[in-house]
Amino acid sequence: MTERRDLLVALAGQQNAGKSTLFNALTGARQHVANYPGVTVDKKYGQYGDTEGRVRIVDLPGTYGLTSFSLEERVARDFLIQERPDVVVNVVDGSNLRRSLHLTLQLQEMELPLVLALNMMDVAAGRGLEIDPQRLAARLDVPVIPTVGRRSEGREALRAAIRARACDHRKTAAAVDYGELEPAIGALVEHATITPELAAVPARWLALKLLEDDAQAQRQLRERLPAPQAEALLQEAARRRGDFETQARLDVADHLATCRDQTVGQLLAGVVERREDRPRTTLTERIDRVVLNRIAAPAFLVLTVFLIYQVAIVWGYELTNYTWPLLAGMRELVAGVLPDAGFLVDPYTRALGLWLVDSANTLLNYVPIFLILFALIAVLEDSGYMARIAFILDKVLHRFGLHGQSTLPFILAGVFAGGCAVPGVMATKGIPDNRARMATILTVPFMNCLAKVPLYTLLLGIFFVEHKALMMFYISTMTIIFALLVAKLLTRTVLRGEETSPFVMELPAYHLPTLGGVLRRAIDRTWLYIKKVGTIVIAVAVVVFTLLHLPGLSDARMADFEERGRAAVSSFEQAMAGNAYDWVATAEHITPLLNYYNDYKRAKLNASGAEGSRAVKARFERRNPDYFPLVAPPKGDRDARQASRELRKLSSARKSLRREMREERITSSILGIIGRGMEPVTRFAGFDWKINVALLSSFAARESSVATLGVLFQQDEDQNATLEQRMGEETRAGGATALTAVAVILFFALYPPCLATTVMVKVQTGSYKWMLFSIVFPTLLGLGVASAVYSIGVATGSSGIEMMSWTYFGALALLLLLGLFTGPGRRRPVALTTAPEHG
Amino acid sequence: MPNRPNCPHRTLNDMRPGHRARIRRHHARGAVRQRLMDLGLMPNVEVVLVRSAPLNDPIELKLEATNVTLRRQEAATIEVGDDD
Repeated sequence: MTERRDLLVALAGQQNAGKSTLFNALTGARQHVANYPGVTVDKKYGQYGDTEGRVRIVDLPGTYGLTSFSLEERVARDFLIQERPDVVVNVVDGSNLRRSLHLTLQLQEMELPLVLALNMMDVAAGRGLEIDPQRLAARLDVPVIPTVGRRSEGREALRAAIRARACDHRKTAAAVDYGELEPAIGALVEHATITPELAAVPARWLALKLLEDDAQAQRQLRERLPAPQAEALLQEAARRRGDFETQARLDVADHLATCRDQTVGQLLAGVVERREDRPRTTLTERIDRVVLNRIAAPAFLVLTVFLIYQVAIVWGYELTNYTWPLLAGMRELVAGVLPDAGFLVDPYTRALGLWLVDSANTLLNYVPIFLILFALIAVLEDSGYMARIAFILDKVLHRFGLHGQSTLPFILAGVFAGGCAVPGVMATKGIPDNRARMATILTVPFMNCLAKVPLYTLLLGIFFVEHKALMMFYISTMTIIFALLVAKLLTRTVLRGEETSPFVMELPAYHLPTLGGVLRRAIDRTWLYIKKVGTIVIAVAVVVFTLLHLPGLSDARMADFEERGRAAVSSFEQAMAGNAYDWVATAEHITPLLNYYNDYKRAKLNASGAEGSRAVKARFERRNPDYFPLVAPPKGDRDARQASRELRKLSSARKSLRREMREERITSSILGIIGRGMEPVTRFAGFDWKINVALLSSFAARESSVATLGVLFQQDEDQNATLEQRMGEETRAGGATALTAVAVILFFALYPPCLATTVMVKVQTGSYKWMLFSIVFPTLLGLGVASAVYSIGVATGSSGIEMMSWTYFGALALLLLLGLFTGPGRRRPVALTTAPEHG
Repeated sequence: MPNRPNCPHRTLNDMRPGHRARIRRHHARGAVRQRLMDLGLMPNVEVVLVRSAPLNDPIELKLEATNVTLRRQEAATIEVGDDD
């Protein structure tokens, strides 16, 4: 065969067989991730070239078998049946062949052209196992290539074997003898082979699946055949299954598994030898004796959580101090390209452009934190400790409908204080129990993300100066209480019908993670965040911008502001009369000069140290040598000093006018009107329209809640009060109390996830319905709780801190009650009453 | 055999840390049963109970080549024979 031929190769194997590592070794950097149609299972593909053409590789989800019980198995099976790849590389764990070969036998039954990659040979050797690949290959009649994925060992041999197998058109023979079931299989095979519509389906495999009562195979049969024919075949299968089961007093599926297991045993006799000179306890066992020790385990867990928090959140946040100037620089660059600012009103392109850059920067600012977080997750996953975390905490979480593996998403989202729901939702991917996974996705946003903290700090600073520590304790521990309660509620109601699966998983041996593997995953996931979230957030930023800017100020109000602007300019002109720099006091110079002045001030503020300050000066002197003396008056130049003073006055007059305009614009904007329209409802929670607008705009990004409040509680010209003081005075004057603050805090804690998170909810659930639910449900819940607390507080005349304590301990009591007196589910009795009839 | 309360068969759930037993039969069905068998909990396989989690549930089992963890709820559906 010398013609150029491109190949489609599927990589199939069990979890923990090192499939992904081998995939990376085969394909190198050229990889893509997509979704299988309609489901949230990742479809990873990549390619490489050999002498005869391109080889495209699809990494199937890791599966133990090919039943239709789990989503991953259904996806893998569909791919193999429908795409009929040229070669299937079955990656098996050399250190655990006994379990791995079950899948191999099932792949053979599907008549797929197989190559066996005997992976993790190093681990096998470490366990004292000696494997004879030739003998295994001869017995299976399949090429067997020993590999060590982590060191790319055996890669070329594997590539050669793939090409060779593709050129070899031999049929794959089934290896398992099913004994007493063979007559039934034979009859069904005969039936299937005379049906032309079934020519593309491997007959023996189909017969086995029908006898096994496999739902997906039955459905596919109904799709391929006219109804009467399909029913006839299904009835025959059912009859033969019934006959076998009464006769053998054994479930068909059990019989198949037992036969396969016997075959595996025969295949491996003489292939795998164990050297008995190895120590009986492995390193993993010795580590686990300490790490999973009843008393030490919680301590190690707390230490791990603390380390993640310290490294990713605390140090990562410090890192953003260094990356922020880069983003600020980018903003300056964009600002320079956009049309210049006007005296009072900026061109729309400028306002919108800067708004978009600001929105993007808010998200990009978290990139360093995400990189570290994702790298840490990869380390936890690869090392094997992740599975142990699930092992330690499953009991508690399971009581509330969650899963041992829900721990990590909660940690990432900021269980105590500081985290982000986006990586939290992303990390739910690995939870095998679908119902628990959904419950986790929907409760992760209740954690305290980094962006919620500024609002809490602000409100505590205003209303709870004396009880700051206690309130912070309530806020940071309340989140997990709410999350568990809501998880329980959802599991018992809307999530009731979701698929669940048992908690059965491998505790893999500890591995040292590889640097390359960790970095690759950290970068991949961060990129996914930027790509998925970035685009949507920009789109919504445009919408929010519009809602805040339309309909704009009325002509009369505009004329009034312009009048006041002209007055400020003319007083500047008067003051500048007789000054050596009076040439700037003309219409063509004033606005550019003011912009120049603002740019200079901002640049000086961002510059660090004397060095940076000098550089800024030099840059601005180059930019405009004529204006420069006015912003940085040279020593002894009295005219320049006076002009500079006047300029500062004018600039501050302009600023305060613009701020006033902004407030009026927001007040009369669509968002402002919505905020007002919501007052009749939010009144019960004590929210006025300003708080409503802030909460609405915080949907785009949490940070903006504080920023919007800053705009709404704007300060007067010469006042230099902090937002705390301003807001405190104004809201107290408006009748707001600590009780209002408690309502806001409770609402904010339960409030729907930010936009970025809801996008991720859509990605992880694969449905807009759940995305919508993740917005609507918390809003109603938050409003309900906030209203109840506020109304009861008003009615009983309780103070804010009293109501907060009541709420906190009420929720805690409910949690303990549910945790102690309700079971995790009603599966146990079900499992026993459906015990098989035989035996 | 329909389920009888206090049916005297021993299950994985009744084992103590360090004990060794052979799996006899599964009493779970469908996906649960399949998943247990996928992870190597096949009839006739010998298992050792390594430990239970700090809060007693789930438990960790040692199989021939791997360690597997499962909840007591599922462990109670796996009948085991006496220590050999």
